[in-house]
Amino acid sequence: MLLKEKQLKEFKNIVPIIVYSLFKDENTIVLLNKDLFITLKILKKYIGFQYNVLTCISGVDLLGKVYRFCVIYELLSLNFNSRIRIKVFLDEVTYITSAVNIFINANWWEREIWDMYNIYFENHPDLRRILSDYGFDGNPLQKNFPLSGYVEVRYDISKKRIVVEPLELAQEFRYFMFETPWLS
Amino acid sequence: MLLKKKELIRELKNFTINFGPQHPAAHGVLRLILELDGEVIKHADAHIGLLHRGTEKLIEYKTYIQALPYFDRLDYVSMMCQEHTYSLAIEKIGLIKIPLRAQYIRVLFAEITRILNHLLAVGCHSMDVGAMTPFLWSFEEREKLMEFYERVSGARMHAAYIRPGGISIDLPLGFLDDVFIFANQFSLRLDEIEEMLTGNRIWKERLVDIGIVSLKKATEWGFSGVMLRGSGLPWDLRKSQPYEIYSNLKFSIPVSTSGDCYGRYLIRIEEMRQSLYIIKQCISSIPEGPIKSSNFKINPPSRLEMKNSMEAVIHHFKLYTEGLILPQGETYTATEAPKGEFGVYLISNNTEKPYRCKIKAPGFGHLQALNDMSKGHMIADVVTIIGTQDIVFGEVDR
Repeated sequence: MLLKEKQLKEFKNIVPIIVYSLFKDENTIVLLNKDLFITLKILKKYIGFQYNVLTCISGVDLLGKVYRFCVIYELLSLNFNSRIRIKVFLDEVTYITSAVNIFINANWWEREIWDMYNIYFENHPDLRRILSDYGFDGNPLQKNFPLSGYVEVRYDISKKRIVVEPLELAQEFRYFMFETPWLS
Repeated sequence: MLLKKKELIRELKNFTINFGPQHPAAHGVLRLILELDGEVIKHADAHIGLLHRGTEKLIEYKTYIQALPYFDRLDYVSMMCQEHTYSLAIEKIGLIKIPLRAQYIRVLFAEITRILNHLLAVGCHSMDVGAMTPFLWSFEEREKLMEFYERVSGARMHAAYIRPGGISIDLPLGFLDDVFIFANQFSLRLDEIEEMLTGNRIWKERLVDIGIVSLKKATEWGFSGVMLRGSGLPWDLRKSQPYEIYSNLKFSIPVSTSGDCYGRYLIRIEEMRQSLYIIKQCISSIPEGPIKSSNFKINPPSRLEMKNSMEAVIHHFKLYTEGLILPQGETYTATEAPKGEFGVYLISNNTEKPYRCKIKAPGFGHLQALNDMSKGHMIADVVTIIGTQDIVFGEVDR
């Protein structure tokens, strides 16, 4: 499961890894944005790795940091039964190269991140919103997007259609954060 | 009015139809924009997200224990498998060990859930294709399995039974006997379903050579579970990256080399038989003992202890108001859910709420390939392909 030390050394010669970390059996490498595309290609094609399955791509919003977003690629090698996680950090204005040309199933995962975080993927063939409603505005998974959203949708009997209205809550949204007195 | 000759030239366009989102064969709320050439599919554009409930966002605002029931509601036909993955992810970050009996019960229920899911998959698939009877038969069996859910958790579907650090309560008296009785009669029910379908001419005409996925294509699309095994690779996380007690159990992985819908149907049937085999092994070797970890920072104390010890009352109160606190860390934990690899990417930040919980649903990956799989097939075959992918919109849309 683990990357062998020799493999890692070999790998470091080709790609500048910034951070390599290991938690239990999970390898994580952090890369610069510009190295991402070629690294994915190497990891997929190189005979010693063969990470030929892209399991998923996830985005994380690290609000308050200089590099606000993090995009995480989970790769799986069926031949060596090994997983690796690749992280790339971005700020709000940089875009990232789409991995669709390497892994075709990156398509929807990237669309999801575009939808949820507004991270732009360069060279993506079909970058549309995917999970949110038609005509939806905003990026729900960003940390500064409120849980209750901004609009509500209902069926208007007199207009005989669905109407979108600004959200009105009968009770103000409550968010419980307990300061723990018990740090163990 | 004079018509210019230029205007008279007709352009031939492909016919575009809208399939869903309220079509019974769409297994939920799938909207497909199908571009047709006659009856042949040229392009299928899936519009998903009609059941998007923002689960990942909601989980960020809930404590780890409060977030657990959301996992039942993702793929609402394989409930406990997803709780299981989530619990495993928490246990991995929190370095929590769970007792052996809890592991056995988890595996027992994971396999019950697998049967539950495959019964629905095969039953609904056959109904989409036109056979009504197996659907009714399989739903009768599902009812029995959901009774098992009800007996341990009180809920037929959304059980919230598998918890971080173990399971919520021990099995009721006589439960394993009843599971054993079920397991004994169920293989006969499976035989009946197989008798109805496997050799059936209509069923074969609709399924054989439909939606063929080569192994290369399957890995490219990132398939997992039955979809990958249907293309000929014996890849099962229960074998290749075993969790819980799967490494001690004997079972085999069915594989089809044809890569078509019929092969995947046969795999589902065989997986149910293997699950039965696992269930019987669990029943015969389940040990006595505790069912959750004894760490009160993770699991609540028993009612009896709460009556006798102030400490236990405080722990109970703290656990259910504040929740359990995970140290900073992140993990991608994947298990073999009935539909494929279900993964949870969890980031914790030393508080009682997850910072980010990404859910990797197998259906999301499979549905992407719908266009590729249905291209060149007839319009009626789209229904077959949706059925064989075993799409459930709770998990695709999250």
